[in-house]
Parts: sequence; structure tokens; C-alpha cells
Amino acid sequence: MSNMTHEDTGRGTILSYSLGFLTSVELTLGAYLLVAHHAFSSGRLIFAIIGLAIAQLLVQLVFFLHLGRESKPRWNLVVFSFALTVVLILVIGSLWIMNHLDYSHMTPAQTDTSIIKDEGINP
Amino acid sequence: MVFAELLGRLNASALHHGGVEMVGIASMGLAGLAAFGYLTYKRRWKWLYREWLTSVDPKKIGVMYIVVAALMGLRGVTDAAMLRAQQATSVGASHGFLSSDHFQQIFSAHGTIMIFFLAMGLMFGLINLIVPLQIGARDVAFPFLNATSFWLFTAGMMLLNTSLAIGDFSAAGWLAYPPLSELAYSPGVGVDYWIWALQIAGIGSLLAGINFLVTILRLRRPGMSLMKMPLFCWSVLGTMTLVIFAFPILTVTLTLLALDRTLGMHFFTSGAGGNPMMYVNLIWAWGHPEVYILILPAFGVFSEVVSTFSQKKLFGYKSMVWAIWAIVLLSFLVWLHHFFTMGAGADVNAFFGVMTMVIAVPTGVKVFNWLFTMYRGRIRFTTPMMWFLGFVVTFTVGGMAGVLMAVPPADFQLHNSLFLVAHFHTMIIGGVVFGYFAGLVYWFPKIFGFKLNERLGTYAFWCWLVGFLTAFVPLYILGLMGATRRLDHYDASMGWQGLFIVAGVGVAIILAGIGFQVLQIIVSIRQRHKNMDTSGDPWNGRTLEWATSSPAAPYNFATMPAVTTRDAFWTIKHDKNPPKPHYTDIEMPSNTAVPIFIAAFAFLTGFSIVWHIYWLALVGLLSFVTLIIVRTTSDGNEYVIPAAQVREIEESRGRS
Amino acid sequence: MSQTEAIEKDSTSIFGFWVYLMTDVVLFASLFATFAVLRNNTYGGPPGRELFSLPYVLTETLLLLTSSFTCGLAMLAARRGDKRTVLVLFGITFLLGVAFLGMELTEFHHLAAEGNSWRRSGFLSSFFTLVGTHGLHITVGLLWMGVMMVRIVRAGLGRATLRRLTMLSLFWHFLDIIWIFIFTIVYLLGAT
Repeated sequence: MSNMTHEDTGRGTILSYSLGFLTSVELTLGAYLLVAHHAFSSGRLIFAIIGLAIAQLLVQLVFFLHLGRESKPRWNLVVFSFALTVVLILVIGSLWIMNHLDYSHMTPAQTDTSIIKDEGINP
Repeated sequence: MVFAELLGRLNASALHHGGVEMVGIASMGLAGLAAFGYLTYKRRWKWLYREWLTSVDPKKIGVMYIVVAALMGLRGVTDAAMLRAQQATSVGASHGFLSSDHFQQIFSAHGTIMIFFLAMGLMFGLINLIVPLQIGARDVAFPFLNATSFWLFTAGMMLLNTSLAIGDFSAAGWLAYPPLSELAYSPGVGVDYWIWALQIAGIGSLLAGINFLVTILRLRRPGMSLMKMPLFCWSVLGTMTLVIFAFPILTVTLTLLALDRTLGMHFFTSGAGGNPMMYVNLIWAWGHPEVYILILPAFGVFSEVVSTFSQKKLFGYKSMVWAIWAIVLLSFLVWLHHFFTMGAGADVNAFFGVMTMVIAVPTGVKVFNWLFTMYRGRIRFTTPMMWFLGFVVTFTVGGMAGVLMAVPPADFQLHNSLFLVAHFHTMIIGGVVFGYFAGLVYWFPKIFGFKLNERLGTYAFWCWLVGFLTAFVPLYILGLMGATRRLDHYDASMGWQGLFIVAGVGVAIILAGIGFQVLQIIVSIRQRHKNMDTSGDPWNGRTLEWATSSPAAPYNFATMPAVTTRDAFWTIKHDKNPPKPHYTDIEMPSNTAVPIFIAAFAFLTGFSIVWHIYWLALVGLLSFVTLIIVRTTSDGNEYVIPAAQVREIEESRGRS
Repeated sequence: MSQTEAIEKDSTSIFGFWVYLMTDVVLFASLFATFAVLRNNTYGGPPGRELFSLPYVLTETLLLLTSSFTCGLAMLAARRGDKRTVLVLFGITFLLGVAFLGMELTEFHHLAAEGNSWRRSGFLSSFFTLVGTHGLHITVGLLWMGVMMVRIVRAGLGRATLRRLTMLSLFWHFLDIIWIFIFTIVYLLGAT
């Protein structure tokens, strides 16, 4: 049905907002401390802080933006899912494409550096 | 002089133009004067202002979109004729009649105008006119925003046309690739005009996308579930989804280029860490969805037209819906096929090549479904049906040319050749233009209350079809022979001139087709009393727009229709016990001039930035923002049509 | 217009605003993609790790996060019709937002004064544009908040005002979410 009979984003209580806030603070401090103390190696660190960011995204989507808590039809969630899909395609796609393009477009000097560094070959 | 400083880089040299340009400026100027003169002489300014310019009725806004689009289309096709004439004559010793720089401005303007102002304008025009009626609504979700979208579109159009008279237009192609479009290689105002005209029009499109997405999702009649909605509305829903997710990419990309040019940044410059290839990547991440934005509503039109004129319900409704959404999703996964040759390598090219081939499948599903709808139908070969048949022939062949180029090794030969040019013109003319022409003729009686002259419509169609083939088949051949695009001169030894001349003849035939269309409108207006649509349902249609009078009342439906099935009007029409009408007061949004001013300030801001008149740009921007704040904090912008007046309107039209 | 019709119309408006926010998500995604592609294009200049102070940015983050919280509490008060609490809470939100913006402008000024402006390199152009666009959105939000607070003082918490406050709060929460990613990708990842 295309009708909704009450506001679909007017949810939340002091408890839920406080929970969302405190969790977000923890996730923020967590990521900060991991980087400040260089807790893991680069690769793992990147994963960890992105993971924490995604966790905080979910916390804020649910507790502040009340996503998924609306009555059906859940158009907010549908449109958000679409947006997320486009974002992932755009960001990952662009990084993949540009990375390959930059590889093909290296100057001779850059090529030498890349051969030594990435492929372990010494010309 | 202080005064000169106040004008940024604007000075008298902006008004210096060559002979050919002067002819263009003079003709547009004269046309404008003629229109002004006519309105003054007939004392119709108040009427124009009250009935049209300040209207928030999508039925009025739709007509205005189409008028602007048609005028810009005339300019675009004039550009095309000039390009063809140049290429047919600029061989060997002769260099035609256009300088290189002028030629480049013309093809840049041609592409920009045709895509952003003709195609998008016709599209939003038809959407405004038909969607609210088809879903059984009185209006769109956000009428004020809708008017603002139209006026922003017009402001963008004005800015582009201003470049003809004051300064120059871009010579960097319809997509303005850097480094050419950067300050170092295009220091003049042309690229800036291009950026700001599109930025303003683009925001109009984005807002319209939001508006119609919400309208379709939330304003349908209670009985009209999504799977009972007409296919045209489904195609618009898919299109609006594309608009809302693709246009922000355009907004960003144009902004980044503007920042490079105006604030000395280095996103796409050749040095200082810029990456011009990122522009190509981003602009096509928008650009590919854009071409599907243009074609999907045309597909929707065909679904309506084929069903009506085969006198049969559409074959394969569910698969048609599935196909629309497959196209929507896939159109975000193919954009790299526009730059296979930029050097991303085999794996990247292979992925996008495969996705490009896959996207042809749902389109094929649609074509087959239309043909299956026709099978065992009782076909009426009206003008809209002719446009559809012309589409089937041309679009299918042109689409196959596209699938050919989806193979990266083949594309390495054909990229930026005339083969490519022929392919995309086949898609846009054979698909988009033929589709919107079909829609315009089909829905003309609903909008204006009388049918168009069939005979002239048929002549127009045949001129367009023959003209199109004559103009573009040579280009496919030339492309395979190695001719690249955007050539303003070539050696006689290439042996291309003959084909270019044939292509030129093709354009002349298309112009004849346009002549027939203009004649058709004039003659139809003259003969309108013979062709009045008194029933509101001149074609024996199946969808709700045919349930209203022609033209529809401002409120669309006096009594909201009860929807229970797909092809809702067909069911209502054949209902043995129609419900009695009952009339209530109807609340309607008031006319307003505010959108015009918002757009005017946007124009001022754009123009000022182009000419580096930064103080004026600030004034324009602040006015724009202030007006929006004032409007969004105001209430009470509605008026009521009392029930008695509704009854009067309904009964006077012979419909109770 | 009946009560049901009015509620539905408000619901439609709020959904429309949500759709606009989704377009803003894609807008920021384009800016993030550009930043990611140009992240190493420093043109011989210092990388992010040498330009950004993590404790400084952490402070900004906590300011904005707290403002998102107070905004949420303000909305609870608004639905209760508690005009005074709404004004106090939005006032705090506003001040926290101004503090955030002030810190950001100071950071920008500092960088530009040292010669690391948006004209220096592709990396810096994309840094200033991504973070600056967020800052511009914050500015619009603050302006909107100011206008709403004046309106509440003058006309109380009517239906239209409540609808607009709902949209403002969605906007403000959305901006904090975008900031999570700026904090993570620009500043934290830049420092690793």
C-alpha cells in the first residue's frame, strides 16, 4: 500500500539515543587508540579501523536514524540499500579502474621503481 | 577603471563574433522579438504569467518543458546541419565555411543541447504530463519543487544560449575532457559556460528525480499496487532511480573541474598531482546511467503505444518490470566501455565488456515482448505505431553495433570513429527521439483536446526514418573505413567525400521531416474542431489518463478512481455498474513566481562566475539562498476549489 | 485537510527529504572516491600523516558526535511539546556545531598558511574539497538550526515546525555519519 498512517521516523527513547551515543564514542576512541598506538601491522590495522567505522555506521543508522524500524513498506531501507550499492560500485570500481590505469601509465622512472618494489626484480 | 574591474573579465570583445555566429544570433534574436511582439500585440502577457509561467500544475509544466526542448532541438539540428555541410565540403583544398575553432564549438554545443535540453526536456515533459494521471493522483508530491526544477532547467538553457551572443561556448566536446577543458588549454569562458549551464540544469533534474520517485511510491491510488501500475510509470520509477543516484556524480565532477579552473585546484590538471583520467572515469560513471535515463521512459511509451494500438494487453508484464530493474542495476556496471582504450588493461576491460553484453539481454526481452503483444493483435497503423516500428528496425541494428563495440579488441578499432557516432545516434534518434515522438502524438489529444493530423504525421515519420538511415548508414561505413569523429577537414585521397555528401542529404531529409512536424502542428490547430477529443479516450486506451477529460481539469479527477486491476481504465470502462460521482472541495497548490526568481538568481550566479564577476556571484548566491529560506519557512500556499465549482466543470464537459 | 491526510503529507515530505539525503550519500561517495584515487598525489609535498593532528581531529569528532546526541534528545523533547527543552538542546547542538566548524576552519587556515593549500597538489585539493564540502553542509545545518530556533520562539511547536525539525535532525545525524568516514579514511588511514 502506498499509505502510511503515522510518522515513520519518530522513534527512539532517551535510552536508545544514549546507548547509540556511548557505543559510538567507544568505537571512535577504539579506532583512535588503535592508530595512535599502532597496535597492528598496516594491513590488519586498516581492516580493523574500517570495521569499526562500519560498526559505528550501523549503530548510528539504527539508533539515530531509526533505519529499518519503520512500518512497511520500508522504502527508506530500500532506497538506502540502493544508495549503498551504488556507493560500493562507484568507490571500489573507481579504485580498481584507476589503479589499473595508473599502472599502465607509469613513466619510465616510475616503472623502474615499481619493478624493484612490487615485482622484486632488479633490472 | 574601477567600473571595468567590477565586470571581472567581461568586456566588449565578448561581443565580437564571426559571420556565421552573427547569423545564428540574429535569427534567435528575431525569433525572440517576434514572440515578444506577438504577446504584446495580443495583450497576452498577463495570461501567459498567470496561466503558464507561475503555474505549479504538472500538466502546464510538462508543456513548457516540451516547448523549451523543441526550441533547443531546432538549435541542435541546425548545428547538425552545419556540421554535415562542413564535412561534405571541407575536402582537400577547400576548408568548408567553418573555422576549426567554430566547428569545435558547434559539435560541443550540438551534443550538449541535444542531450541535456532536447532529450531530458522531452522526457521530463512527458513524465510531468502523464505520470500523475496514470497513477490516479491529483498532483506530484512536491509541486513547488517541480516548478523549480523546470525553471532551473530553463536557466541552464538560457546560460548556454547566452554564450552564443556574449563570449564563446566550449570547444571541448559535449563532455569537456581535461586536460583540454582545463585552464591551460581552454583559458576562455567557453568551458565555464558549459560547466555552469549543466550544473544548474543538473540540479533541476536531480530535484525532479526525487519528486517523481516519491510521487510514484507514495501517491498511487490505494488499489494500485506496484504490480498493477502502468509500464510507463514503472519505466519512470526506474529512470528516477537512475537520476537520483547518477546526477550527484555529475554535480561533483562539474564542481571539481570548476574548482580546478576557478580556484587553481589540481584534480584533473596535467601536473601537480592531478589525474585527468579520473575525470573520464567519473563523468562516464554518470554518463552511462544518463543514456539509460534517456531511453527507459521511451521504452515505457512504447509499452503503452504497442498495447493500445494492438488492442491487446501488454505481453509479459512481469518480465517487462524485471527487465527495467535489470537495466537499472546493470547500467551502473558498464561505464568503462566508454574508455576501453584509455589503458586499464585486459581484466578490467573484460569485466566491463561482458557486463555491456549482458545489458543487451533485458532490452532484447522488452523488444520481444512488444512483438509478442502485436502478435494476434488487431493492429492500427497510427502515427505512434509507425514510430514504434521505425524504432524496432533502427534501434535493434544500432544496438547490435553496440554489442560489437562491447568487445574490447573491436572497440580498439572503432573507438571514437564515425562507427561509434553512428551507433549512439542510432540509439538516441531511433530509440529516444522516435519514442518521445510516439508519446507526443499519442498523448497530444489528452494534453490539448484534439488529435494531430495523421497524414502529415505519417509524412514526417517517413522523412525521419529515411533521412536518419541516409544520414547515418554512411557514417557506419565511414567508421569502418577509419574515419574518426569530429573532423573538420580531411584529405581528398581518403575517398570519403561521397559518403559525407550522402549523409548531408540525409540531414536535409530529416529537416523536411521536421518541417512536416511543424506543419502538422499548425494544420492540426487550424483543423482542431474537426478532430476534437470529446470523450477523453480517443484511442480506446487502457490506463487511467484516458479516464479524464481532454484536456484534464486542473485537479485531474473530480472523483478519485477506484483501482482494482492492471490496465485500470479498461476495467472501469467495462464496469456495468459505474459508481455515481460525488463532488467534494478540492485543495490545490497556488501559483507562485518564486521558482522563476530562484532560477534567475541561479542564472546570475552562473553567469557571474563564468565572467569572474565574483561580487555579483556572491549577491546571486545569497539571494538564491535567502529566497529558498523565505519560501521554505512560509505556509499556506494552497487554495480551494469548492465542490459546486467542481460539479460545474465536470458537467459542462459532458462528463458526470 | 483531514488529520490523516496531513500526517500522510508530512510523511511524504520526510520521505522525500530522506531520498535527497541518499543523493547526498552518492555525492560524498564521489568525493571519497576522488580522495582515495588522489591520496598519494602529494606532488612532493608532505603526506597526511605529517599534516594532521590526531588528537585535534578526535576532539572535533567527539564534539560532532555529542551534538548528534543532543540533537536526538532535542527531537524527543519536541515530540513531547516541551518548547523550552527543545530550545536549550538545539542551542547546545548549535554551539557544539559552531565549535566543530571553528576547529575545522582553524585547521584549514593553519595548513594554507604553511603553504599546504588546495592549490598545492591533487591530494590537498581533494582533502580540502571533501572535508570542506562536509563543513559547508554543517554550515547550512547551523543556519537551518538558527532559523528553526527563531521560528520555535515565535510560533511554538506546530505540525509544520515538527516536520521541519525532523528533517533537520535527519540531516544533522547524516552529517555525523559522513564524518565517521572522513575521520576514518582521511585522518586515521592517512596516519597509518
